Amino acid sequence: MAGHLLILLVSSIFVDNYLLSRFLGECPFLGVSKKVETAMGMSVAVIFVMTMTGVISYVVQTYILVPLGLEYLQIIAFIVIIATLVQFTEMVIKKTSPTLYQALGIYLPLITTNCAVLGVALLNVQMGYNLIDSIVYSFGSAVGFAFALVSYAGIRERLAFAPIPKTLEGFPSALIGAGLLSLAFLGFRGLV
Amino acid sequence: MLQDILYPLLILGGMGFLFGAILAYASQKFHVDVDPKQQEVREVLPGANCGGCGFASCDAYSQAAAEGKADTNRCVVGGQAVAEKVAAIMGNKAEDVAKKSARVMCKGTNSNAVKKYKYHGIDDCRAANALAGGNKECRYGCLGLGTCEKLCPFDAIHVTPEGIAEVDEEKCTSCGICVKACPKHVIKLIDVNKRVIVFCNNHDKGKRVRQICKVGCIACRMCVKQCPENVISMDNNLSVIDYDGCTNCGACIPKCPSKTILNLDKIASEAVIS
Repeated sequence: MAGHLLILLVSSIFVDNYLLSRFLGECPFLGVSKKVETAMGMSVAVIFVMTMTGVISYVVQTYILVPLGLEYLQIIAFIVIIATLVQFTEMVIKKTSPTLYQALGIYLPLITTNCAVLGVALLNVQMGYNLIDSIVYSFGSAVGFAFALVSYAGIRERLAFAPIPKTLEGFPSALIGAGLLSLAFLGFRGLV
Repeated sequence: MLQDILYPLLILGGMGFLFGAILAYASQKFHVDVDPKQQEVREVLPGANCGGCGFASCDAYSQAAAEGKADTNRCVVGGQAVAEKVAAIMGNKAEDVAKKSARVMCKGTNSNAVKKYKYHGIDDCRAANALAGGNKECRYGCLGLGTCEKLCPFDAIHVTPEGIAEVDEEKCTSCGICVKACPKHVIKLIDVNKRVIVFCNNHDKGKRVRQICKVGCIACRMCVKQCPENVISMDNNLSVIDYDGCTNCGACIPKCPSKTILNLDKIASEAVIS
């Protein structure tokens, strides 16, 4: 049992990384990855939102939608859950850390429409995970998201100082960096 | 049958109600007091979010102004009226807002400037600029494809039939969007009270300028010698007026052999100089 969960955790962080293998939720990946500090903040927000979404969407799916035969309402119901969670997180962050709130700016409300979050809720259902599996998988996916985002931000911070040809400055070099990072993560295939 | 409609309605409605209640509670629990001054300042700002003040949005500026971190006269769109209101809220005297207007520093119309090739590409100066620096021999002049015209949120800049962008200073709010967008950097923000302007952006040597444009600055230094205030200087083969000292006397205008320096009030009636 424990071994199965460990495998699930590792595979969701590294092998099936949302940003670099599944290519979900790329908007913040390019948007908030200019500084490690903001990437960290975004990561914490995403970890919280994704894990909570995983849990609540599982409960709603199993105990409300399935018994009533309303599975077709999945997407709407999950979006409502995500939107609420994001609003809630936004309020908490605004209260507790105005600096982080400023730094995240528009990207915090954008988690609402981040397909990685919806993806985790839908994949939990598709893969037929139970509650504990769902929690581990959601948390692992979010940590994987955070891991990729922060390491990419680290790369971009260094790229800013690198002597790059004029035509590749800015986004082009950032995208090339993202591609290489994705290649590196694809190397984890076969690990699990 | 009725169930098919009723259940989804109840479930989603119930969820919405529940989550709404949670959020309503949270918004009270985690309420952050906003500086009432910020609210007031925000209300008197025009809300164009143009960025002319140097802040990302009217919200950002109102916050900085309310905290006393920014001057009360930063809003160029609102001008003096808004500066006074902001200052009144902040309880200090309004400093003067120097109203600026964008100026296209080029009069290289189709008849004045020599063309390098016929351009048939995308109708955008930035695209034309990418193609060997545009279709004019002059590397510095207005391309006249109207990128600024399309971007201007205030309808204040238009490309004339002669192929040069011109600014309507009545409408211009000096937000600077065109200044940033122009690939030739030929648009400058200048105090509207300064009427004598060198309408050229060309840094080439005089001989070359003579070949490619009838109204380009040939760097003859006549204006420099004429200026009674000594505020005209040569910057890399281009006459530049230091507007802090310019008195609009116009002594430089009659001496300019290529008629590059013009008085805005005089040309308003003639419209186009050929």
